[in-house]
Amino acid sequence: MGYKKPIEQLDERHLVSEGTTFAQVTEIVSRVTEQKAPRLWWILFGISTSVTGVLGLTIGYLLWTGIGVWGNNSPVAWAWDITNFVWWIGIGHAGTLISAVLYLFRQYWRTAINRFSEAMTIFAVICALMFPTIHAGRPWFLYFSLPIPNQMNMWPNFKSPLLWDVFAVSTYFTVSLLFWYVGLVPDFATLRDRAKNKFRKWIYGFVALGWRGSNRHWSNYERAYLILAALSTPLVLSVHSVVSFDFATSVEPGWHTTIFPPYFVAGAVFSGFAMVMTLLIIARTVYGLHDLVRIRHLELMNKIMLTTGSLVGYAYAMEFFIAWYSGNPYERFVFINRAMGDYWWAYWSMITCNVISPQLFWFKKLRTNIPVMFIVSIVINVGMWFERFVIIVTSLHHDYLPSAWGNFSPTIFDILTYVGSLGLFFTAFLLFLRWLPMIAIAEVKMVMPQADPHLGHGDEEHGEDHHDDATAVPAMAEE
Amino acid sequence: MQIFPKSLNFLPLVTALGVAVGGGIATFVVVYYFSPRFLYVGYEPEQPVAYSHRLHAGQLGIDCRYCHANVERSFEAMVPPTQTCMGCHAVVRTDSARLAPVRESWESGMPVSWIRVHNVPDHVFFDHSVHLSAGVGCVTCHGRVDRMEVVSIAEPLSMGWCLDCHRDPEPHLRPVSRVTDMTWTREQATDAERAEMAALLARATPPENCSGCHR
Repeated sequence: MGYKKPIEQLDERHLVSEGTTFAQVTEIVSRVTEQKAPRLWWILFGISTSVTGVLGLTIGYLLWTGIGVWGNNSPVAWAWDITNFVWWIGIGHAGTLISAVLYLFRQYWRTAINRFSEAMTIFAVICALMFPTIHAGRPWFLYFSLPIPNQMNMWPNFKSPLLWDVFAVSTYFTVSLLFWYVGLVPDFATLRDRAKNKFRKWIYGFVALGWRGSNRHWSNYERAYLILAALSTPLVLSVHSVVSFDFATSVEPGWHTTIFPPYFVAGAVFSGFAMVMTLLIIARTVYGLHDLVRIRHLELMNKIMLTTGSLVGYAYAMEFFIAWYSGNPYERFVFINRAMGDYWWAYWSMITCNVISPQLFWFKKLRTNIPVMFIVSIVINVGMWFERFVIIVTSLHHDYLPSAWGNFSPTIFDILTYVGSLGLFFTAFLLFLRWLPMIAIAEVKMVMPQADPHLGHGDEEHGEDHHDDATAVPAMAEE
Repeated sequence: MQIFPKSLNFLPLVTALGVAVGGGIATFVVVYYFSPRFLYVGYEPEQPVAYSHRLHAGQLGIDCRYCHANVERSFEAMVPPTQTCMGCHAVVRTDSARLAPVRESWESGMPVSWIRVHNVPDHVFFDHSVHLSAGVGCVTCHGRVDRMEVVSIAEPLSMGWCLDCHRDPEPHLRPVSRVTDMTWTREQATDAERAEMAALLARATPPENCSGCHR
């Protein structure tokens, strides 16, 4: 990353409010972890930890009794649990996209939101992993899914996409965590240096790994960051592709389609950005981050949501087209049933939330309006939950033989595990806001005008060179 | 300003070594001590009657099926009822002190509470009759019972151990007429027996899929 001058002809603005100093950036971000938490934080934290407690009790009861306490049963053997899994994994996608893909494409605006979204990724993946773990029924046998030599001579079936999922998601989690941590190291050092009491100094000093900000440290850091970005970039595409294979490789009308991998990836980025947006707007308002997270950042995110939302809309349309074009009666039935069967309300909620609502962002006035984008981002996440519900439940509930049809309705435990996972997510996220620098201090400084090595050296129109060698510059230019 | 002492620079090295050594030890502990070969082989519970397989099956040469009579027709090799014992012991050693619990059971009608030695988990459906008719002998899984004073587990009875044979049954097959013979080995096979074993192997279809043994 580095400083890039805004292009005035394109009406670009600085990424950080004009006139902000390095010290102010450090102060804005660090003070959140140093001062007392605001009252709102405590209220939200109280609510989310209570909900997490309910989750713990629910899971305890569920494991004690068996997963029959959930509503899924033949023929809808996958229901809310897998819906929630895919939903959370999808939300997790924005983190890697922002931190890795946008990094490689030199999208400097990512610096204001990457820490935030990487944290969100990690917590979302934790919530996601919880669901298949419980769904498998006996979590203590989870090692069955790993290639560990054992006395049973049992070996995972490498032909199964469910196994690919295990590898894809665990790799994703590991790389995301490393990426997040590496990025945090210089900021931990900042917090360490600002720490007033010994305990803080020790903790932040320990996790800062002895960072002194030397040239060698920075050079190693940049290299490590680049390598991790390169490693994570394929993961952005692979993880949700593999998740989509769970469906696409099954011979199940409504699932068995080749469009699934790109369709799922687009949907994942879509929902991930929406979740980042929801959280970012709250944090920006509560902690006063307006100088670092500017309307321009939010607008760019809205443009990505508009793009991915339209891609998802295209995929919905294409599914219907292929159902007709293939001439397969089962496929055709499933899609007519989706739009007009027992779960029509879920389908049309999905269309309204995912396809129609982001179209508002075509208008500059709306995509730069904070209340509008806040509401739309929540609506999108509701829609993306419905998308997974529609794909899973409507495909399963009426597939081939009418004698094997059946409907799904959630039990109280389905609802509690879902709401509980939200509690877990927000608990982790609030702790993150409280104790870790929520914006990458060092990276934001890199994209500020002060980071420009030519700052103050006169170029064509701006600034004046006050250095002693100022006169040498025109001379060199003449040569 | 230093927060930590310089010696902390060794922490990564110590951690790496700790993980390597600790991981190695943990792997060894699990592989060796958690294995069915360590946990189950040699299990030798004390039975309510001091019955000796060495005496009955070994020295006296009584066929396994005299007591475990249904083994060729059933999933389970039954534990004989008191009546089977009394078939002989009504006239043989009628005043032996070691047989007192058997006589007591004979008079009261309450069976002797033998302790089961070979007990695979409930989700394993092991069928004795299928194995015997396929030419797998008692000794293959139970060991030299004819030499055991008190019966103990001789083989791990683990899933991997079962699969070893299911994947390559040939060395474990014997003529059906020899299934209860504890001393017979494949080297002693006559030409007719060799032909029978070849036929048994040709029609052997030991399942390797999950539902072969788990339902």
